[in-house]
Amino acid sequence: MPIFRKKQYAVVKVRKRDMPDGLWLKCPACEEVLYKKELESALGVCPHCQYHFQIGRAERIAQLTEPGTFEEWDADLSSVDVLEFAGDSTYVTKLTENIRKTGHREAVTCGRARIGPHAVGFGVMDFAFLGASMGSVVGEKITRLIERSTQGGLPVVLICASGGARMYEGMFSLMQMAKTSAALARHADARLPYIPVLTHPTTAGVMASFATLGDVILAEPGALIGFAGPRVIRETTQQELPEGFQRSEFLLRHGLIDIVVHRRNLKSTLVALLDCLHPVPAPTPEAVVAASA
Amino acid sequence: MPVSLLPFEKPVAELEAKLDELRRFSEAQDIDVSAEIQQMEAKIAEMRRRIYAELTPWQIVQVARHPQRPYTRDYLQLWKCDFVELHGDRLYADDAAIVGGLARLNDHPVVIIGTQKGRDTKSNVECNFGCAFPEGYRKALRLMRLADKFGLPIITLIDTPGAYPGVQSEERHIAEAIAVNLREMFRFRVPIVVCVTGEGGSGGALGIGVGDRVIILQYAYYSVISPEGCAAILWKDRTYADRAAQALKLTAPDLLRAGLVDEVIPEPEGGAHRDPAQMADRLKEAILRHLRELEKQTEAERVALRYAKFRRLGVYHEKTEGPASQNMASVRPSS
Repeated sequence: MPIFRKKQYAVVKVRKRDMPDGLWLKCPACEEVLYKKELESALGVCPHCQYHFQIGRAERIAQLTEPGTFEEWDADLSSVDVLEFAGDSTYVTKLTENIRKTGHREAVTCGRARIGPHAVGFGVMDFAFLGASMGSVVGEKITRLIERSTQGGLPVVLICASGGARMYEGMFSLMQMAKTSAALARHADARLPYIPVLTHPTTAGVMASFATLGDVILAEPGALIGFAGPRVIRETTQQELPEGFQRSEFLLRHGLIDIVVHRRNLKSTLVALLDCLHPVPAPTPEAVVAASA
Repeated sequence: MPVSLLPFEKPVAELEAKLDELRRFSEAQDIDVSAEIQQMEAKIAEMRRRIYAELTPWQIVQVARHPQRPYTRDYLQLWKCDFVELHGDRLYADDAAIVGGLARLNDHPVVIIGTQKGRDTKSNVECNFGCAFPEGYRKALRLMRLADKFGLPIITLIDTPGAYPGVQSEERHIAEAIAVNLREMFRFRVPIVVCVTGEGGSGGALGIGVGDRVIILQYAYYSVISPEGCAAILWKDRTYADRAAQALKLTAPDLLRAGLVDEVIPEPEGGAHRDPAQMADRLKEAILRHLRELEKQTEAERVALRYAKFRRLGVYHEKTEGPASQNMASVRPSS
């Protein structure tokens, strides 16, 4: 018989808390269990640690634009398997899955809306749809958003998120970088403000085109923002990545981001910027009379 | 220096070894076997022609990456164009991965900008295997502004695996450097001719790749992602690069068919590295021909046409009131 017995640990059976799907969720940052309703009323930000959850297009539109003012453009565009991509899972299958999952035809929703008193061209990229990768449709919709805004004399506010180019569309996806940047050159020449808001994560081809061409570049706290992914950088260069590398705050410190904005202040910040960059003309006396009549 | 052979050129290598043997034999024994030598040379040429006529996309990628492929500095030298190299981005550093300066191409003053790979370990460390840092793209931008100011056409030569993915690149905002180049290249009033001479590695290539004409060498490739990168994502295994290369439609003929490039410049038999001088001549001829055409345009026309050229790129489906239509404007019917 051994002198030193293996210490016996008490085994406590923990019953999993009864968490019906969709009612509760866990914050990935602080691991606090959050009531979904509570999280929603906090704009998708963890009330304990301020972690910014990814949120959908409807939530973005509701949070940032005036009720009933969003009018969608180009909702009918959908992707084509132009390369007839043969892989383990075909592009068509991926598209079908993502359309079913998100209820949207593609990864970006664009249109016209009002933010405070400002009429703007407004776009939201949705990471839930194929990582908000940019293929022909995303590029075309964003280009049309910018072009229409240029014609209509509207500023553009674009909520960015993306894993990069849509590999399945090959070089057509790369060319969307050029196309969107070209449209922004014309928008800038018309002296209209463009404000991209970088959310978690915004990377690669989208970063190397319209996401970094803003007159003012905003970012949500803690978002992963960069060109190459951290894993690629580590593998290619064998470099140690610095603390907080490629996060919003890191990029603020290194001079790319103008302001890191908490989601609760995003709308007021956009309004304040537009108030200066593109002031709404004061109403004429006739208009005031007409409005009061 | 002997030309190094690619794996698929092995049958040629065996014949070449025999040819060498025959030559040594004839010299040593002082026997005239010139007829046999000629015959064998013809056989080798024929075999190489056959191999190169049926290269797979993955083999083309290997030709594009051939260590003896002519790079920007080789073309500058072969063109005898009085190249005056200009250094630095006036912000941070001089990036050796992008070479740029003033030159006279057949007495035609131009600004030439190109990515540069190394030939050995030392030079490859210096220029990062042709992967530019943000300062490379900003140097290119500075030189293109110079060209625009003085009305000089811009010629860019692209042969890069991609922009450098590193900590310093991110700290100095490689993405922003590329994005600004994209936007500004649509503004320049001077003609821009873009030549993909080897690897067209994604955003790193596009960063100096917006132009009135985009031309590509026969065995160069241009892709949104490297075949290895694509294979790692799709098949979770980099060794599937050959299948990825096939799927990505990244070869010059594929790109021409899709309307993504304007012209494919034929390479010498067996690839540009077999006869750099001939390649340089053909490339120069094409560049000058495009410049002559572009110089007939007014500045406003040129800028508008450049916009339109890239604006139409994309394939999508649009459901409208009437029957569904598909934007295939950029896709030419395959022959």
